[in-house]
Amino acid sequence: MSGMLLKSVHVVDPAAGRNGRFDVLIVEGKVSAIGRDLPANGAKVVELPPSFVVTPGLIDIHVHLREPGQEHKETIATGTASAVAGGFTAVACMPNTDPINDNASVTQFIVKRAAETALARVYPIGAVSIGQRGEQLTEIGDLHAAGCVAITDDGRPIATALLMRRALEYASMFKMPVIDHCEDPSIKGDGVAHEGAVAAMLGLKGMPGAAESVMVERDISMAELTGGHVHIAHMSARQSLRAVRAGKERGIRVTAEVTPHHFVLTDDALARHGGYDTNTKMNPPLREEADRAAMIEGLRDGSIDVIATDHAPHHADEKALEFDRAPFGIVGLETAVSLCFDRLVHAGVIGLPRFVELLSTNPARVLGLPGGTIAEGAPADLSILAPDATVTVHASALRSKSKNTPFDGWTLTGAVAATIVGGRVVYRNPELLTSDF
Amino acid sequence: MTTATTLRSRHLLGIRDLEAGEIDLILETALAMKEVGARPIKKVPTLRGRTVVNLFFEPSTRTRMSFELAEKRLSADTLGMTTTGSSVVKGETLSDTARTIEAMAPDMIVMRHASSGAPHQLARVCRASIINAGDGTHEHPTQALLDAFTIRERKGRLAGLRVAIIGDLIHSRVLRSNVWLLTKMGAQVVACAPATLMPAGLRELGVEVTHEIDTAVEGADVIMMLRVQHERMHGLYLPSAREYFTYFGLTPARMRLAAPEAIVMHPGPMNRGVEIDSDVADGPWSVILDQVANGVAVRMAVLYLLAGGEGGEG
Repeated sequence: MSGMLLKSVHVVDPAAGRNGRFDVLIVEGKVSAIGRDLPANGAKVVELPPSFVVTPGLIDIHVHLREPGQEHKETIATGTASAVAGGFTAVACMPNTDPINDNASVTQFIVKRAAETALARVYPIGAVSIGQRGEQLTEIGDLHAAGCVAITDDGRPIATALLMRRALEYASMFKMPVIDHCEDPSIKGDGVAHEGAVAAMLGLKGMPGAAESVMVERDISMAELTGGHVHIAHMSARQSLRAVRAGKERGIRVTAEVTPHHFVLTDDALARHGGYDTNTKMNPPLREEADRAAMIEGLRDGSIDVIATDHAPHHADEKALEFDRAPFGIVGLETAVSLCFDRLVHAGVIGLPRFVELLSTNPARVLGLPGGTIAEGAPADLSILAPDATVTVHASALRSKSKNTPFDGWTLTGAVAATIVGGRVVYRNPELLTSDF
Repeated sequence: MTTATTLRSRHLLGIRDLEAGEIDLILETALAMKEVGARPIKKVPTLRGRTVVNLFFEPSTRTRMSFELAEKRLSADTLGMTTTGSSVVKGETLSDTARTIEAMAPDMIVMRHASSGAPHQLARVCRASIINAGDGTHEHPTQALLDAFTIRERKGRLAGLRVAIIGDLIHSRVLRSNVWLLTKMGAQVVACAPATLMPAGLRELGVEVTHEIDTAVEGADVIMMLRVQHERMHGLYLPSAREYFTYFGLTPARMRLAAPEAIVMHPGPMNRGVEIDSDVADGPWSVILDQVANGVAVRMAVLYLLAGGEGGEG
């Protein structure tokens, strides 16, 4: 095949100022032209249903692929299969594997395995400290040279203000952000749920929003001190959002992401269906309505930069433990787009351009990745979405190796029709597109 | 309120799930069961041929003995399993343990577990009726039921009484079950604890919250003292046992603030001189030993009703 011409499709690409009908010509894996009335020049002409939209490839900058070391939960192959089924053309993977991605050889392994097995682009994120122990900086330059796009001790907070300071200073030489899982360990204690009335009456140990925001405020102070770029992972508390807003207003380089589950669910989910479903256990925890509403407001007003899933696969046996002993986390790659359409776009919170900013433009900008826009000459990474299609989530049908989702059985409006990486159709939704696509 | 004729669920996981009429049914049934315990031959054939497994994942003396006695008085076949003798310590999952026990086809499982919600998780995969004998810091429904039975025995009612619950409330499953039960039955509940040991969300349930024991005791018809674990005394919860007793200990002097004929309860085990003065624990107000005796009758009632209420009351 000498290429594909997407004919008069609805392109939404805020970085390029496009939100309307265009032809997109893909030749040899690259976007050869975008415009109106383009000649096919022998390329296969593809028309899409008029309600479909074509966006720059969606990018999830917070994913746990679990390889190396925890392949019973997920692998680079299954995790990226899950990603493309969720409309993502690229993912950034967290370093808390086994061994931890704290040196270039682990990064090289991930890059190599991705080249061999991945359906989506994989951007490794390296550890801030050796063994994520919070003591000694990793060889950040080496990690960067091997392919890391950011550093974090995710799964754990960056242990001290001093480590955060040094990480910001050092990483800025390589133009990499420092991503922090903000949580004060002394306040979090052995909490397993958001501290509030729901956890209190379920007899679950709580962790308050302030456990997160106290560290967000520390990190913003360190970013101000150093001029470095701090990115707040999976922000969940309204106090944290206030701090981020204030930091941005002062011109400090702070960006923030929120997960779909934190703007869709509240801690009420822990009491539903008989209670104690371990697929409602994640860290940060599902918070109360005021926090959820604040995250929605932050997505609307622009103070939140990115939607990321914190895709955290766990084996069913691990989740079958008592609530306080089960691991934190849920899978998210295959439900994110539907949740964003259903709860943000169709709910009137944001429009399509902002949707693309949150899921593609800004993720690329925050981590300095290629993509985030449809540019002539660039690799053809595109997501084809069906905003009006109805989907029902079936945990058992997820491509991810793990099925730990709290959204099993949910019916949502908004679906992924196809995902194109480097001009190749890596995912096609058989219910929305025929096999000749 | 109308007394129910049956329980809606085949499990007793918490008081939160019960309606007032169901609570009333259990308490009325317990009255008949108490009569069995007063006979020379304290045994009825009600649960003959039924198997009850006492599954204790956490050490317990009084609750376990109380359940065993209740089961024996109803002629059930009982067997027990504790963590020390089980595969739980070997890292088996909760559902594997449940399936293993299910394979032995018990009719009921009485379960105590250190994790909140463990009986609820088990109930989703088990055919047997699950009776929660205390899960983590969540609920201890039979304790609240025996407390209510004891209050009714002494006061003739629950509605309109002022009940003060004082102690380490944040870590107490007894508190949570009692709050659900007493508010459903129309009692006025006042919760009293140091600010470090007070759970969130009580006010939303209509509970009065105070950090002043005198305020809590004043005019109270019932005073329920809860245990403060020794390990709370030397960390960041409390400065010392001595200071706790000064501000939160129940003394005869403080009892003068209570309503006339007030009663004092404690689910045990007591820390004398920490949360309660011995002169109160052993004084005329105390119904602590009545609670123990009534526990057997209430547990018999629960076992009987969950078994379907068949076979008469002997």
